[in-house]
Amino acid sequence: MKRQFPLFLVFIFGLFMVFQYFVPHETSEWVYEFLLDWILVIGIFALALGIWSLYKVSVDKIKTRKANWGYSYVTLFGLFVMILFGFTSQNGDSWGWYFIFVATVMLTIGMVIQAMVSSGQKGLSLILAGVFLVASVLIGMFDNAWSFHFYTAEGLQNSMFRAFFDHILIPILSTMFSLLAFFIASAAYRAFRARNLLASLLLLAALIVMLRFNPYLSPIFGDYMAKTSNWLMNVPNMAAQRAIVIGIGLGIVATALKVILGIERGYMGKG
Amino acid sequence: MNFFDKLMKLDRRWVFLFLVVVCVATYMTEFEVPILVEPETQVIFDFVDELEPGEIVLIAIDYDPNNLAELHPMTYAMAEHCWRKKLRIIFTSLSQNGPGMADQAIRDISDSLMQDTEYNGVMYEGREIVSGVDYCFLGYKPYYALVILAMGQDFRLPFPADYYGTPLDSLPMMQGVINYDQVACVVDLSGGNITDAWISYGQGRFGFPLLLGLTGVMTAQYYPFLGSGQVVGIMGGLLGAAQYEKMAGNPGLAMDGMRVQLYAHMVIILFIIMGNVGFFVSRRKQKQAERR
Repeated sequence: MKRQFPLFLVFIFGLFMVFQYFVPHETSEWVYEFLLDWILVIGIFALALGIWSLYKVSVDKIKTRKANWGYSYVTLFGLFVMILFGFTSQNGDSWGWYFIFVATVMLTIGMVIQAMVSSGQKGLSLILAGVFLVASVLIGMFDNAWSFHFYTAEGLQNSMFRAFFDHILIPILSTMFSLLAFFIASAAYRAFRARNLLASLLLLAALIVMLRFNPYLSPIFGDYMAKTSNWLMNVPNMAAQRAIVIGIGLGIVATALKVILGIERGYMGKG
Repeated sequence: MNFFDKLMKLDRRWVFLFLVVVCVATYMTEFEVPILVEPETQVIFDFVDELEPGEIVLIAIDYDPNNLAELHPMTYAMAEHCWRKKLRIIFTSLSQNGPGMADQAIRDISDSLMQDTEYNGVMYEGREIVSGVDYCFLGYKPYYALVILAMGQDFRLPFPADYYGTPLDSLPMMQGVINYDQVACVVDLSGGNITDAWISYGQGRFGFPLLLGLTGVMTAQYYPFLGSGQVVGIMGGLLGAAQYEKMAGNPGLAMDGMRVQLYAHMVIILFIIMGNVGFFVSRRKQKQAERR
């Protein structure tokens, strides 16, 4: 029963979603919308699970002193500070004791984590966590320069939330991605060599497509480069991509049928 | 070891250094790079340009800061073009870090819209862009395929309130706007798989005109959908954004970045050619040595 019930649910709902597509009736649409709502709710739970998982993995890494465990503190700091910024917002022009509040909350969390990962004396960490917690609660109660916004989106407009996103997250991620240019240049230099016929064709096609966009070469080659490049993109490239897309599509249908019919059971955690 | 052998074994740090020098030099030196407009981008510009004031464009900002350099200029160019033409915009973000990108773009473009600007010889007076009137920012929800399907039923299903917490029903621009039927087109600016969902679950099921703005490496992958007519046009990478800016007569981030990209590409091509010259000369010498 423990295994058959999920299979039964998947069969019923899988079949329903297939047939619903072809039934434009009001009731069918209602059930479809209801199911979409359910899936979104499940997605929100997955988000909470993801946060818990990140916290657990980071704490375990610190506890067992795995390689680069120190960075887990940075991960946890980033996680909690952004949540805090997202739920608080400035009321006027002054921040008041806000930054001391943020520091005390972070120290509370830090001390709790320290107590969890420590194998010896936990008392001092817990006492300090309690002191910082009391301090943060007192600041939260008596400082009117800022306030909590748990159920509204005002926290998302918190200038600290935006500043951390605009000036920390964006530059970090952009930098990581821009490093690709250097690796591509190095890899192209080493790997793009006309070793045989197929490699030569690939090299030639790549050069034509890259040079087609070079405005300084268009007076030399005229329309030929553009026409050849367009032909490469619209004929061989499109044919190959279509074959891949159709192959993937058929694969998805086959996998969906296997899941609906209970042949593929990987989603239950067992093959 | 002769010159060609050395060329074959060139330390990759020299490649990095040369690329850095070229990127910094071209960034620091101001000069214009001619932009050649492709038909794939031209159709996107023409489609938006021909829309009537008051019509609604849905712009999906489905990218993270990783793709900022290529896709953010597209958002700026398209949103400014739409607002100058008094079109209304629904923004969504179906990637996790997308809302921050959209929020930043809306703030910046709203600021630049306050100034008078001439666009292709037409003078546009500066005006204030108001949330709920000129645009509605729906925000992020997980499971992009389902959100796309749900928006096809009713925008209020996945997004009862906008990003700022205002119920959609209380926003003036959302009065009578139920689903994609009231939207002139969907513009997906994406750096990942979300584009597949917009094509399969969005355009495939609801039939709206879909315009794509993609990173350079993704572009070739979506040509089949252009050929089949499922996609109206494709803007590819920074070049696509620069082409859009050129057509709009509004030079911005993309045209500024094109001189760096163009010369960086020329460096890469130069290294490929050098690598092949070294390869052929070394191989010939090796064959000659074997014959002896």
